[in-house]
Amino acid sequence: MENTQLVETPHTHTHQDNIYLPYLMTIDKVTQEAPGVKTFRLKFQDEAEAERFDFKAGQFGEYSAFGEGESTFCIASSPTRKGYIECTFREAGKVTSSLAKLEEGDTMGFRGPYGNTFPLDQWKGKNLLFIAGGIALPPMRCVIWNALDTRENFKDVSILYGARSVNDLVYKHELEEWHDREDVNLVTTVDPGGETPDWKGEVGFVPSILEKMNPSSENTIAIVCGPPVMIKFTFPVLYKLGFTPDNIYTTLENRMKCGVGKCGHCYVGKVCICKDGPVFTGAELEKMPAEY
Amino acid sequence: MEKRFISQPSLVRWLDKLNSEGKHIYAPVKKGGERVDFGRISSVDQVSFDHVQTTQSAKSVAFPRTEVLFSYQKEKGKVQLDNFDPEKMPSTVVFGLHPCDAAAFNPLTAIFSWNSRDELYDARLERTFIVTFSCTKADESCFCTSVNGGPGNTTGSDIQLTPVKEGFLVEILTEKGIALVKANEDCFEADRGEVKEDYLAKLPLKFDVKAVQERLNTAFDSPIWKKQSQRCLGCGACAFVCPTCACFDIQEDAHGAKGKRLRCWDSCGFALFTLHTSGHNPREVQAQRWRQRLLHKFSYMPERLSVRGCTGCGRCSRACPVDMNISEHLGSI
Repeated sequence: MENTQLVETPHTHTHQDNIYLPYLMTIDKVTQEAPGVKTFRLKFQDEAEAERFDFKAGQFGEYSAFGEGESTFCIASSPTRKGYIECTFREAGKVTSSLAKLEEGDTMGFRGPYGNTFPLDQWKGKNLLFIAGGIALPPMRCVIWNALDTRENFKDVSILYGARSVNDLVYKHELEEWHDREDVNLVTTVDPGGETPDWKGEVGFVPSILEKMNPSSENTIAIVCGPPVMIKFTFPVLYKLGFTPDNIYTTLENRMKCGVGKCGHCYVGKVCICKDGPVFTGAELEKMPAEY
Repeated sequence: MEKRFISQPSLVRWLDKLNSEGKHIYAPVKKGGERVDFGRISSVDQVSFDHVQTTQSAKSVAFPRTEVLFSYQKEKGKVQLDNFDPEKMPSTVVFGLHPCDAAAFNPLTAIFSWNSRDELYDARLERTFIVTFSCTKADESCFCTSVNGGPGNTTGSDIQLTPVKEGFLVEILTEKGIALVKANEDCFEADRGEVKEDYLAKLPLKFDVKAVQERLNTAFDSPIWKKQSQRCLGCGACAFVCPTCACFDIQEDAHGAKGKRLRCWDSCGFALFTLHTSGHNPREVQAQRWRQRLLHKFSYMPERLSVRGCTGCGRCSRACPVDMNISEHLGSI
């Protein structure tokens, strides 16, 4: 019990059930989405693990840059697209900056999938309204593609996506694809001053554009994801439009370390975001203290 | 539960034998000045018997302050992982810890077992034998009786020793305890019929824990948190000496191509504990952090894990540089 010394755990090459041990992943493809924002397509190096691995929309993982540490992101690809997972991240801290230096063919780590999921099965036969801001489109992209790949299960699908500027919009090719689809209603917006001369989308903040869109709340699920300030101003608009807290979903991204409900970092009151969430309804959010 | 007696000379022989079996023995030892803390011993002579409380708790035997989760080696974009082997962890005897420290392994285990197993914690605890000393004295910081513990509480102990005339009353409490005695039968004598309670410290209740818990359930918006935390420095000393605090950080120790991923103690009292990379901090001020600490231990844990995150050891009050006293604060909520 030498408290002041580092305790070495004896190592062997035998694989034990260590929940902190990441899977080794090969970076199959790197896409520069926006300034400082990249998407990695990742494949499991262990073929048996690739075969076994499964996840659902809304779940997240802990991604390793060996030498720097771990960072938490949602799985940005849809579970309907097999054989790989994708993550999209912005270079913001030391881990993400280190990840951003990796190239196609390099190895990184992944632990997951963790957390609960968006209940797509319960949403069958309903309209879906996605509302996302900035770098919060990635967690929603997973659900959007999951819904579009099983399009027959849902009625109208609308997407409202806003970013600070045209340059900051992520998944630009996919936005074009959704724009061109007849079974998707896409509205994009940028903050005032963020537009370019040839910008054809809206200009304004997400909550006011939502009010202008005036979507029907009838038989509709709203899925909201964005920075805390966007969530704060979007919920009242949804209530004004007739949405009830039970029909609004969001995903929270508190600071997480272990991802498995042990390290204590992501608690909001008694709610452990990594295990009880990250997906919550508006009704669940109302019961939580505003410490997120 | 079987009772036996062990004399002082036999206790010396017993620990010598455990030592010669290759077990790592940790016990309270004098560390200079008035400080007594756990250290690895080779003989009973090194053990401190007259202290009230060690500075650090015994939790690090299962949850070390800094621990290697795995190590790795990088080569040309490829990575080789090196996992741990629980079979290589030493068999350990923690000797002479007090009942409040032994009882703390319950809440620790509840945290590390919630939803999924934590093999590292489990492997260390499975290889650990807990031999407690019941308390014959207490100080003004002790409040174990207020949180359903006591100077002779046996929760979490494999064996409990109570100092009596010419030796110790031995209570053998678990299968692990039986194994420790069986292998060294000649050290132990028949029970002499001593009454344990005659030797224990007397510790009056400081607060009604059920009433505190009920008040905490509705105290989230109380102004008391600001008042109580006004002098809190956010130094984390309370969490680092606490036998049940289990919050940890995951850090990297890398040198060139080789590195280790570490688990390190952390504290919800630290200002950076909840800070997002974006700069947003959900618990911006110390009052929110202090509230989280007390509510987590006395409201959230009992509700979610059916255990309390406090065993009344009093270390947080002794270690606090600005004299914040948890039992006083709980009593005043």
